[in-house]
Parts: sequence; structure tokens; C-alpha cells
Amino acid sequence: MPTSRTAPPKKKWSWRSQAFRALVYQVLAVAFIALLVVYLANNTATNMRARGIQSGFDFLAGAAGFDIGESLFAFDSGEPYWRAYLVGMTNTLRVALLGIVLTTLLGTLIGVGRFSRNALVRGLCLCYVEVFRNIPVLLQLLMWYLFFTEVLPVSTEAWHIGPLFLSKGGLNFPIPTWAFGQLLAAGALVAGLVPAWLYRRHAQRQFEATGNPRSTVLAPLAVALGCAVVGWIVGGAPTGLDSPIQGEFAIENGGALTPEFMALLLGLTVYTAAFVAEVVRGGIQSVSLGQSEAASALGLNQGQTLRLVMLPQALRVIIPPLTNQFLNLTKNSSLAVAIGYPDVVSIANTAINQTGRAVECIAIIMLVYLSTSLFTSVLMNWYNDRAAITER
Amino acid sequence: MTTKSFQVIAPRPAPLRTQGIFAWCRDNLFSNWGTSLGTVLLVATLLSLVPKLVQWALIDAVWVSDYNLCHAASGACWGVVREKFRFILFGRYPFEEHWRALVCTAMLLALIGLSCTRACWKSWLAPLWLVVLAFYWLLMHGGVLGLSTVETDLWSGLPLTLLLATLSMAMAFPIALVIALGRRSGMPAIRSLCTIYVELIRGVPLISVLFMASFMFPLLMPQGFSIDVLIRVLAGITLFAAAYMAEVIRGGLQAMPKGQVEAAATLGLGYWQTQRLIVLPQALAMVVPGIMNNFISTFKDTSLVAIVSLYELTGAMGMAMNADANWRPFRIEGYLFIALIYFGFCFSMSRYSHWIEKQVNKSKLR
Repeated sequence: MPTSRTAPPKKKWSWRSQAFRALVYQVLAVAFIALLVVYLANNTATNMRARGIQSGFDFLAGAAGFDIGESLFAFDSGEPYWRAYLVGMTNTLRVALLGIVLTTLLGTLIGVGRFSRNALVRGLCLCYVEVFRNIPVLLQLLMWYLFFTEVLPVSTEAWHIGPLFLSKGGLNFPIPTWAFGQLLAAGALVAGLVPAWLYRRHAQRQFEATGNPRSTVLAPLAVALGCAVVGWIVGGAPTGLDSPIQGEFAIENGGALTPEFMALLLGLTVYTAAFVAEVVRGGIQSVSLGQSEAASALGLNQGQTLRLVMLPQALRVIIPPLTNQFLNLTKNSSLAVAIGYPDVVSIANTAINQTGRAVECIAIIMLVYLSTSLFTSVLMNWYNDRAAITER
Repeated sequence: MTTKSFQVIAPRPAPLRTQGIFAWCRDNLFSNWGTSLGTVLLVATLLSLVPKLVQWALIDAVWVSDYNLCHAASGACWGVVREKFRFILFGRYPFEEHWRALVCTAMLLALIGLSCTRACWKSWLAPLWLVVLAFYWLLMHGGVLGLSTVETDLWSGLPLTLLLATLSMAMAFPIALVIALGRRSGMPAIRSLCTIYVELIRGVPLISVLFMASFMFPLLMPQGFSIDVLIRVLAGITLFAAAYMAEVIRGGLQAMPKGQVEAAATLGLGYWQTQRLIVLPQALAMVVPGIMNNFISTFKDTSLVAIVSLYELTGAMGMAMNADANWRPFRIEGYLFIALIYFGFCFSMSRYSHWIEKQVNKSKLR
């Protein structure tokens, strides 16, 4: 009897083949997305023609026709749009960079404060975190702005805090008068990095060879700073300060920060610091208790335990979410548009209203933030790779 | 033999108290001199600040809605809240029709409260949501049963905030689920499409997405076809929140041990069955805190629609204050009032997140 059943010939493209189905799904998905994009682009083109909207980036070369409240370099309304965007970008970067530095300091302080032995400090840090992260950042910005423009005294009756003046006109602070000495000091500082680096390498080798710990942070820092001081003294030790003084109508001389900038900076810093504090707390909590006990068993003191045992391990947990917080701060700086700080979004908003080129202006905003995000991610990933556990 | 054979041991001193308020203070406030110094300094600072704050906020404050009294007083002017609270809460909604907005808000709040209690996690909850949302639309928009029509651009204040927040959360969740599964998919084209979407959205601020919704969206639609600005903004917030939520869910999916999927395959479950019955219930339980955080930030993010001229709570507040020159100087009290509202919602959400975390982890308790 014919028991030998021949296996049915294997069809190459069967609907039962997972690979074939996957291919079909993917082709369908890509085709759908492509069609959608074409359809939307087509609609946009038709609509623009119908409404007589011009498109293209040629408007960037035309005169902007509006003034910008504050900029790092001179700008007047006759200059082209691309210069206005450049001003906006520098303003965004300025507030984001300063904000990141301040928020890291404040957030770390409060995060560590959650572990204080003092119950009062613990409680205050908890209150800070709960209050500031549960109120929308836009509302906080508006309140800070209100504080700077309404609550503070007018500039003729400014609050005098040491050499600083605080008023509706913003913050005025002394800046050093530029002289040859400062230039020399800066040059010497840069030059001093070389011996500092050489010493650090030497100290590390000594440590690896003999086991005696050498200072690898403070001593090189002292070398570099010492070089700067020597440079400053050689340059004639200039101590001139351009201090703000109370003028008849306003505060004169010195450096100044506008109330818009101060409100944005403070609002972003205070808001993001609450999140950074939680990140820091989570990182420290993630290091098991046995680590610090083992460190004390080895005879390390509290500072050494923190610096050599706890921090290196906590940093690995802290850095990825911290990067996210930095990016959030940078993205939130776009809320400047609500309080009139001329960042890149406000400039784009003005440009949309003046030229009607919404697509191009929004594309520019997105491009600026995407590239900033990518750049920050790359930078932090590089640091993260250095801090990560080196496994075999 | 005169040697002492017996000697009474001196009684030991009583051990230090380890319980009670004094022991707690000694351990937590005065354990060593550094801590003690910190305590003293902090108490001194608080003592110098808190009385001033109390003086401003309570003792010297004006509670009646009379701006002349407010201008004369040195304390806070809570009368502004009393005078303007209807404009702050309901914004541009027609004044005589405020009861409709109030009923809708109360209804939505009650439903949210119901959805949060364990006893109500039943199958009738989803249809109930649909019914309530339909009723919300009918009552807010009007045009039927003799109610006057109120166009959506007049909807504002707290009802709008709640509507935007709940709808965008509810719609973002399924999108996020699909995107998260797509990013874990074995098909390279689908994986890269989902990755591009998530990274693109996460790289830009919400405000640019809202600008897109308000300026660009009309251009993308076919000619003669226009969508209400409320719907456009809602779509923008939803798409934005979905990208962040997808990342949270992906974290849960990644944390699932491979054995679970393999066991499901051994039992003969297909892809969707595996995901629905095995992977998602465990993965979602793991990321409940992350999802709740997402909900909280979405709730806070709704305040941004004020920038594209939809007057939710923040926008309504600004409008209510700026319209009346007599009350303008007391905007700070108004802001504190809505800050309190936001804080109440967000704080209770984060407390609720702790509770629900315990609920979903019950299976792991021994």
C-alpha cells in the first residue's frame, strides 16, 4: 500500500510564511506613509496657490523690519531675517546654558538635602520638590515675570544688594573693566592647563605604581589657577570694576540683565531643579547600603565614601534622566514667547505674522531644537560611555 | 577572713529614651553640633519669613471684593478671586450660560473620580465615558433643546482644561501602545518609522507642535475643508503626549523577560494574543508610575494652549485680569489661585499614582 506520502511542494511565497507577511505589511506601511505625505504636500501646495501664499526660504535675505529687545550683538530692524534668527538662537542658547548650570547646582543641592540628617532640611526639600513640580512651568514663568515687572521697585528706587541693583529694569551687576591684565590672565589660564594636565598624568601614574593616592583634581586645578594669577600680576594686577551706579533716571554702567531674561532663567531653573532633585535622589538611593558600609569598613571617611564610592555609582543612574531634564529645560525655554523674551520661537512667531510663511518658520524652529537635542544627546552619551561600568 | 565576698553593683543609668517627641527631636534635629547649627539657623530664617507671609496673606488681606479697599490695604487682595472667579474658571463662555459650563465640569470631575475608584473598574465604565462626553458636547455647545449655541472658540477656563487633558490622555494611550510595540517589532521598516516619529516629536518643544496645529494644519487639509481649532490643538497635544508615553511603555516592554514570550509561543499563541494576554498586562503594570507622570505632565502642558489663543485656565485668568484696569494690580493673587488649582490636580494625581502602584503590585506581595 502506498504509505509514502510526499511532502507537499513548499511554496516560496505563502501567506503562511512569516517573512512574506512581514514584507507585505512593511511595504503597505511605507506606501501608506508615502501616500499620506504626498497627499498632504499636495494639499499644502494647492492651498498656498489658492491663498496666494508664497513659499521658499528667500524671505530670510529680506529686511526684518522689527527691533529685538536684547541681543548679544548689535541688531537693527533693517537687517535681514537670517540675522534676526541668529539673534534668537543665541538668546535661546544663552538662557539654556545658564539655566542648565544653575539647575544642576540647585537640583543636586536639594536632591542631596532629601538625605540630610536634619529633619527640617529634609522637609523643606520635599516641600520644594512637591510645590514646584506640580505647577505648570508657563504659570511659574508668568508669575516670575509679574514679580519682576510689578512687585519690584522702579529703577530709581532699586533694591541695593551689595554691589547689585534689582529693580523693574532687571538686574544690574559690576563687570571687570577690560585691561591688559585680564587678557594675560586668561591666556595664562589656557597655558596653565598644559602643566596641570601633565601633573595629573604624573599623579595618576604614581598612584598606579605605588598605591599612594595623589590629588588628581585639586592640585591640577591649583596649578592652572596659579598660572592665571601669575599672568594677572604680570599684567599689572588690574582691579578696575565697572560698577552700576544709581543714575537720575535709571541705573547706569555695569552689566545688566533684562527682567524678561531673569524671569525666564529663574522660572526654568526653579522648575527643572525640582525634577533634577528627584533624579539625584533616585540615583543616590539606587546605590545599595552595603556599599557605604563596606566603604566605612575600609576606613574611608564620609567625604571619601561619597566621592570615591557613592558618586561614581550613582552617576551612572543619574546621567541618562539628567540629560532628559537638560533637554526639557532647553525645550521649555521656547515658552519665552509668553513673556516677550526674544528667543528663536518669538522671532519665528513675529516672522510668521509678518511674512505669512508658516511652514518655513515652523521648520526653522523644529530644526533648531532638533539639532540642539541631538547635539546634547551626543555629548551626554559620550560622557555616559565614560561613566558606564567597563565590563569584559 | 575579712575579704568582701559580696558587692552590690552600682545601678546602671536608665537608657536614653528612643521613643517620643524629645527622642525624635534629638535624633533628627540636634544629633550633632552641625545639625543643631543648621536647625537653629533654619528656624531663625523661617521665624523671620513666615510671620511676614502670614501677615501678607491672612492678617492684612482683604477678603471682600472692593478694589478701593484692596488698593488701600498692605496685604493680599483675595477679593479679586471673589470678584473674578467666574471669569477665571469659565473665561469667555457667555455669562448667563455659566451654569452649563459648571454642570459639565462637575460631571467630568465626578466621572474622573469614579474612574479612579476600584469598585468602578467594570465594563460599563467605557460606555459611560462616551455618554458623558456626548452629553458634555451637547450641553457646552448647545443648539438643541432650546439651549443657545456656544461655539467652541468661546469654551474656556477649567472645563476646557479638563476636556483637553482627559481627551488627550485617553487618545494618546492607544497610539502610544501601538508605537511602542512598533519600536519593538522585528520588521525594520515599521521599527524605523516608529523610531523616527518618537525621536522627531521628542526633539521639538510642544509649542512648535501647537504652532503647527494652529498655523500649518489648515494648509494640510484639502481645500474647503476646515477643522475647528479646538480639535486641531487636541490632535497636537495627543500626538505629542503619545510619543513620550510610547517611550515609557517601551521601557516596560524591554524589561519583560524573554521566557514569557517564548512560553506563549510554545502554547501556540499568535503575536497579538501574546501581546494582549501575556506581555502587555505585565509590562503595563511595571510602568504605571511612568504613565501617571506622563498624565501629570500632559495636564500641565494644557496650559500652553493659551499661547495659541485658546483660553483654558491660564489664558482665561490672564484675560479676566487684563480686561479690568481696577483689578489689574492684583494679578499675583489670581495667579496664586489658579496655581493652587493646578497644584491640587497634579498633587492628587501623584498621590493616586502611589496608590495604584500598590494595587497593581498586589500579585507580587507575599
